Amino acid sequence: MLLIDCPFCGKRPEVEFHCGGEAHIARPADPAQVDDAIWAEHLFVRKNPRGLHAERWRHLHGCGQWFNALRDTYTDRFVETYKAGEQPKHPLTETRA
Amino acid sequence: MAQAFRLPMGGRIDRSKPIRFTFDGRMIDGFTGDTVASALLANGVHLVGRSFKYHRPRGILSHGSDEPSALLSVDRGPGRVDPNNRASVVEARDGLKIVSQNRWPSLAFDVGAVNDLLSPVFVAGFYYKTFMWPRSFWDKVYEPVIRAAAGLGVAPQVADPDRYANRHAHCDVLVVGAGPAGLAAALAAAETGKRVIVADEQAEPGGALLHQPDALIDGRGAEAWRAAAIGELDARENVVLLPRTTVFGYYNHNHVAMVERVADHRSDAPAGTPRERLWQVRAAEVVLATGSHERPLVFADNDRPGVMLAESVRVFINRYGVAPGRRTVFATSGASAYVAAADAKAAGIDVALVDIREERECGPEAAWLRAAGVDVLTGHTIVGTQGRKRVEGLVVAPLSNGGVGARRVIACDCVGMSGGWTPAVHLFSQSRGKLAFDAALDAFVPGVSAQAERSAGAASGIYDLAACLDSGFTAGTRAAGSSARRTFAASETRIGFKPARALPTDANPAKVRAFVDFQNDVTAKDLKLAMREGFESIEHVKRYTTTGMATDQGKTSNMNALGIVAEGLGRPLPSVGTTTFRPPYTPVTFGALVGPARHALFDPIRTTPIHEWAAEHGATFENVALWRRAWYFPRPGEDRQTAVARECRAVREGVGVFDGSTLGKIEVVGPDAAEFMNRLYVNAWIKLGVGRCRYGLMLKEDGYILDDGVVARLADDRFHVTTTTGRAPRVLAHMEDYLQTEWPELDVFLTSTTEQWAVIAVQGPKARETIAGLVAGIDLSNEAFPHMSVREGHICGAPCRLFRVSFTGDLGYEINVPSDYGRAVWEAVVEAGAPFGITPYGTETMHVLRAEKGYIIVGQETDGTVTPDDVGLAGMIARAKPDFVGKRSLARPDLLAAGRKQLVGLATSDPSLVLDEGAQIVADPNQPIPMTMLGHVTSSYFSPSCGRSIAMALVADGRALTGRTLHVTTPDGFTAVTVREPVFFDPDGSRVNA
Repeated sequence: MLLIDCPFCGKRPEVEFHCGGEAHIARPADPAQVDDAIWAEHLFVRKNPRGLHAERWRHLHGCGQWFNALRDTYTDRFVETYKAGEQPKHPLTETRA
Repeated sequence: MAQAFRLPMGGRIDRSKPIRFTFDGRMIDGFTGDTVASALLANGVHLVGRSFKYHRPRGILSHGSDEPSALLSVDRGPGRVDPNNRASVVEARDGLKIVSQNRWPSLAFDVGAVNDLLSPVFVAGFYYKTFMWPRSFWDKVYEPVIRAAAGLGVAPQVADPDRYANRHAHCDVLVVGAGPAGLAAALAAAETGKRVIVADEQAEPGGALLHQPDALIDGRGAEAWRAAAIGELDARENVVLLPRTTVFGYYNHNHVAMVERVADHRSDAPAGTPRERLWQVRAAEVVLATGSHERPLVFADNDRPGVMLAESVRVFINRYGVAPGRRTVFATSGASAYVAAADAKAAGIDVALVDIREERECGPEAAWLRAAGVDVLTGHTIVGTQGRKRVEGLVVAPLSNGGVGARRVIACDCVGMSGGWTPAVHLFSQSRGKLAFDAALDAFVPGVSAQAERSAGAASGIYDLAACLDSGFTAGTRAAGSSARRTFAASETRIGFKPARALPTDANPAKVRAFVDFQNDVTAKDLKLAMREGFESIEHVKRYTTTGMATDQGKTSNMNALGIVAEGLGRPLPSVGTTTFRPPYTPVTFGALVGPARHALFDPIRTTPIHEWAAEHGATFENVALWRRAWYFPRPGEDRQTAVARECRAVREGVGVFDGSTLGKIEVVGPDAAEFMNRLYVNAWIKLGVGRCRYGLMLKEDGYILDDGVVARLADDRFHVTTTTGRAPRVLAHMEDYLQTEWPELDVFLTSTTEQWAVIAVQGPKARETIAGLVAGIDLSNEAFPHMSVREGHICGAPCRLFRVSFTGDLGYEINVPSDYGRAVWEAVVEAGAPFGITPYGTETMHVLRAEKGYIIVGQETDGTVTPDDVGLAGMIARAKPDFVGKRSLARPDLLAAGRKQLVGLATSDPSLVLDEGAQIVADPNQPIPMTMLGHVTSSYFSPSCGRSIAMALVADGRALTGRTLHVTTPDGFTAVTVREPVFFDPDGSRVNA
């Protein structure tokens, strides 16, 4: 079991957290204006990288806050965590071969 | 004679504290500090069990947790019988009842030993080849018979009465193993002030130092050095030293699991002492100082009781003051056994040593041991043993010119064998580190680490004492982030061995029983057979022969098996690979893993403030999410149907009372509360008046129904939201998600109030009259307080939010009072309703009543792929709103397409037939299979109000099929149903406004 660094509470055990899937997927400001293909992309299409992945996490059994995390899907290592609305410091382009 | 094999002096046992236990009914005397193995050996007992497959007599092979043979059942008192304990691990104490296993009728005379005579038949893969026909015999005949004949101890039949604790811990450095390397690592890490945990599986820390009284470290005796090191660690506040604690699992991110044996070794443990404690440690750095395991030699009948590992003979002599035999022959391919032989000689034992290496291959140890007066025979192979239940002689033969010379027998009552050493890389491998093969050591050693971890000492292939201490100290300082270095001076360690596979023999190889895996009865012959049959991958050989797959995980056997397979295939050993090590390192009790999580603590149970009343009044309960809800209230003699029918009639004709406290409740508060609700629900909220309620429907972004519930507006900026019982946490999470991440600009606070309110639903034509006398400050008249409204006031003096809502279709109220008042108000309502025959009802009646009205239950009529229109609720959608969660998706082509399943009612042609929920629906029961299925039954009950069965179903284009006949599966075939409106009772809805 790993420790996750909640940006609000600090390091807490993994079991206190809930993963909410890929981060930085903006809800269209006016969904009525986007066509079916774009809307379907927004709803269903997700990256599935082998390597760094920006994810939404919630400190469910703690402060209850949503935040973002960069996690390596290959090692399960958390590279950094940051607040919702912010961008990661670490470049997201780095993926494994 | 008691303890005839106890040496007159020496050992770490406390001779002033004798203990006594029984073995198969026989009294065994020993001393505090003994293991069961050492006490048995002190009494001359070598035969302690029968082997897994062939029921061969087996003795004690090892002194530690790698023991494969001496598995015993330990009885510590009523309910405390534990099978498959290793004799070398169980600490002896007063009162234990030790029983041997896998023998009948007795250990000395075991009928199952006939298997050994049939061994030419019982080769590897025997079961797969033999018990194939007929198929029907697999489960009923073959498996039970084979299981009864083969096996380990008997599983206990009664619940475990012991208590098991668990603990989480964090540290900077976790040191696994407190032998010389581990102690040096712990000292080094401790000096930096970092938080250190040291775990060692044995009763005393010290590892190999415990049986090397003559060794010197930095000019001091090993024992003095050990005592000083432990004294220093004990004195430091930043160090936790845990003996009797086995690290058994190494998981992701240095999450390490270990089990501490707290009470088993004590006969004086106070009541309530946990038997074991599970530790979960999260360590910044881990030092693995797990030592090494000695390899047996593979020769004919090497499993005879009395044949032991050489170093174990040394341990029994030096640590326990026990002579495993009076005449001991050491058989070895390396130097370490010479030291064991010398120690045995010094203890007064008659000793000889046979080395399979040529004289020129041996180091100075040969001359050294000869000088001590021991016969050393080099260049000899071992071709067998004599004796049956105890070794009586070792049969050896000279090796010359690639051949085996004339046999001779060396009479003995104990053999100490050594085929070299294998670093204990189990935990390193579990950590996903990559092993590297070291040809000079003939062993896999830790290669590339995958985690913040380093190995030291024998675990990394370093066997010299001074080098062990150096490597341990370095590992400890590095783990603690220091660059300090120290070197140790220590007495010389005799190391080095020649890899020995199956020893050369002059016997017919087809008849030689040379054991590789002692616990699973796998011989070198079995491995060779597997290779002849085409198995090349070690993973396949392992599964086919079961070598290394016993509970000892092949600690003593894996390298021998690998070596024999590599030799047989003519390939270098590393290309054959090594098998994967998995947790647990040694067997762990279920109790330790379960810990306190059993009985009431297995899973939380949520109960309402009215639960006790319901229990006192005979309710039966059902589980809904974590809640325990009153299902129905049977009176004496009533079954479920009659009780539910009575409860239904009471609500329709008089008044019923129902505990709705489990409903999820969320308080949505803030200046933007109405806007937030508007964006989250399909309904319009801005114009909902204060004091009014509305049925709210919530979608996921994909357009499918997530939840529903009544929402009350208490003020311009305050909503009392209710959710379904099971989905309350999910709905709150859904709300928080949008509030925090999509609309952080909205000024809204969300608070779960599920537990704060008790909810008492009073439903039926007499509901108003029932509560009229209890309520203060609220005008209950139909005009002042119409259906779908809310008022705040008092009931029985308690503050209340009174809802006029109905999930039954009849006049109804839901009284919300603070939970502490719940039961008192409930009882007052029951008393006030007595003149009207008030009847408590449970969830089953609630379901029937709502189904009569066609009200859906999210999760029953919906399944995550159902839209509002599918269940006939499209009219709830405020289409004028520019956006709400799920709105855009409702315009997706798939959600608008024809042929979607729609909610309808079904009427069976036989009014007494209640359909099965989940039953499939077809248009033509005579169509060819596979049939086209139109949908399924979602709800089905017998309706007392309608006098017939009712059902709801999701059917493709169902609303267009109204009046048509369809066919539904039943256990006996198909039954005809007519499609109709899903509202069965009071279709114009006048009763709720009464």
